Amino acid sequence: MPNILKGRALRSAAAAAMAAALSAPMAQADEIFYVSGAVGNAIENFRVLVKPWEEATGHTVTIVPMPASTSDQFGQYRLWLAAGTGDIDLYQTDVIWAPQLADHFVDMTELAKDLAPQHFPSIIESQTVNGKLVALPIFTDAPALYYRKDLLEKHGATPPKTWEDLTATAQMIQDAERAEGKADLWGYVWQGNAYEGLTCNALEWIASFGGGQIVEPDGTISVNNEKAIAAIDTVAGWVGTISPGGVLSYQEEEARGVWQTGNAVFMRNWPYAYALGNGDDSAVKGLFDVVPLPTGGGNDTSAATLGGWNVAVSKYSTKQEAATSLALFLAGAETQKRRALTEGNLPTIVSLYDDAEIAAAQPIIPRWKDVFLQAVPRPSAPTKGKYNEVSTKFWSAVHSTLSGNSSAAENLELLELDLDDMKGSGW
Amino acid sequence: MPNPDHGPSLQQQRARSAFWFLAPMLIALFCVAAWPLLRTIWFSFTDTTLSNLYGGKWIGFDNYLSIRTLESGRVIYRGTLVDPAWWNAVWNTVRFSVLSVTIETVLGLMVALVLNAEFKGRGLVRAAILIPWAIPTIVSAKMWAWMLNDQFGILNDIMLRLGLITEKIAWTASTETAMTAVLIVDVWKTTPFMALLCLAGLQMIPRDIYEAARVDGIHPVKVFFKVTLPLVRPALMVAVIFRMLDALRIFDLIYVLTPNSAATKTMSIISRENLIDFDKFAYGSAQSTLLFAIIAIFVSLYIWLGKVDLSGGGK
Repeated sequence: MPNILKGRALRSAAAAAMAAALSAPMAQADEIFYVSGAVGNAIENFRVLVKPWEEATGHTVTIVPMPASTSDQFGQYRLWLAAGTGDIDLYQTDVIWAPQLADHFVDMTELAKDLAPQHFPSIIESQTVNGKLVALPIFTDAPALYYRKDLLEKHGATPPKTWEDLTATAQMIQDAERAEGKADLWGYVWQGNAYEGLTCNALEWIASFGGGQIVEPDGTISVNNEKAIAAIDTVAGWVGTISPGGVLSYQEEEARGVWQTGNAVFMRNWPYAYALGNGDDSAVKGLFDVVPLPTGGGNDTSAATLGGWNVAVSKYSTKQEAATSLALFLAGAETQKRRALTEGNLPTIVSLYDDAEIAAAQPIIPRWKDVFLQAVPRPSAPTKGKYNEVSTKFWSAVHSTLSGNSSAAENLELLELDLDDMKGSGW
Repeated sequence: MPNPDHGPSLQQQRARSAFWFLAPMLIALFCVAAWPLLRTIWFSFTDTTLSNLYGGKWIGFDNYLSIRTLESGRVIYRGTLVDPAWWNAVWNTVRFSVLSVTIETVLGLMVALVLNAEFKGRGLVRAAILIPWAIPTIVSAKMWAWMLNDQFGILNDIMLRLGLITEKIAWTASTETAMTAVLIVDVWKTTPFMALLCLAGLQMIPRDIYEAARVDGIHPVKVFFKVTLPLVRPALMVAVIFRMLDALRIFDLIYVLTPNSAATKTMSIISRENLIDFDKFAYGSAQSTLLFAIIAIFVSLYIWLGKVDLSGGGK
């Protein structure tokens, strides 16, 4: 019985999306400008993805690629939106941006009233600001630990459950393999550059050690505590031992570069690296698998930073009708399914996790449901418009510790003071 | 014969037509240089944010320095002038500028002396040496970022094979080498520019002076210090000013090449971060204004101390 209901709901939503899509072309053929970061094959895949919409509506979509760094994307978007530019119709936005950019986007609550309930409620909630649904989720993201099956098997190791295990296993395999002549092999690669990605990584270490979420949902600053210090100290010990010194300038793509050329035992990365790692030009094709990130310091729940991307319609667009139709198309079940099949992006529509076709083509996706259960949000909701500054202060403190400039205890204490100043009487 | 009683004199007429010829340029300069500058200075005295560009209120010097006394009697200082991150950026910028401009001047002069000599294919070499200068900074920064990459960068590979280093260096990541990496790329990029300006100066020196020196049997090194250097000095001083102005506001190279860490953050980078990323538009404007002031002071000091003649007139 529930299956039939679900099927019907899906079908009616698809019909509504199609109707919205089909009503547009009668007006005129518009050229829609869609701006998005470019990681891996994202741009090529997007062109294929929007083909059906272009054919159905007669509109065309021009994608405006942005740098891979989300911090850079945000700066550019903020500038464009503050200037009220009509050049860009749709923005692909990070899950944390909604509170900061809400004023510039069209309220989609009414338009998506059939579509929104199919998504994970927590994700819809993250994109709702003051009762306005400002962006529609198109895929979600949660990182996991990638490991080399072949190397672990060869050295009789199992995928690590704790960071301490990971450190030991990585060191052991790295030493053994280097002794056999693989001088370039490293134990663990992750994202240590001073940018938003380091905030994600460091939040995972701290939360998985049981050290809180930097700023708690109620606005309390919790970052300066024993467990957080222990977590950052553990990581500082990796730089130059199991991780290359250059990891402090790595973003996602640099880490994937080392990993995909077969030079790392473990990697922390988002799901996009799974499909790419199994591509024909990959040196690790078929040799790896993923597990949830480890835990640490005797704590038993792991943590994965909730990422994910959404699409928002600019208030300043002169082609809002076509733009919203494309937004609904991208957020719909059918497109999300195709995205999952080709790119391994995680759907935000709950029912797709039970989809047989997806399970067959991308076996990791159903398993990612477990990762989701342990997802932690970045403190963008409690810190509101100051999130970027909070995040920058946080990643700077961590980066400075990892560079060996001063200890975690000192840096986190200073960070607490800075955040306290910034908070003032309330966020 | 000019009649002073009827109509303007020829001199006045010329001045008037000159004014009309200059007017378009003055208007353009006002629109693209003076107006944005004045507006930035105005913003720095308000509480403007990027989401509300026209609604800022006048708050005086609070963005620069505000002193408040708490009820407990504690005095709190706030503002850019007491922000350690700002002073760190100032120090980074000054260090970068002095080092890069010094190295570039010395190398540029050396390259110019070579190019000033007569040899076959000189025109070709002169054109070729300009290539690094012609490549857009973003492109060269990205290109060098890959060459300096710790794992698959060619620089580490070459040095490792030659036995100069024993393990791969994380050039841009490590705080000790990040600034060195920036300097390497900047010197590579800008030395041609310095060389070109020096070459222009060298070509102004009359050849017969050198001939006279040769006839007198003066050692070439002495000729360089006693003849070439004093005569090329005016051109060199102007070249250094140009480079200094450029170096003090460096942004693109560092932004692309190195992680956004305190080791290499410059004044331009930190003010952009406040302007855009943190939505502290007024605070960022205050830093931009200070950046402008610092550059102005630097250049005036330099002109005054170096007695540089920018009017192009006498010696």
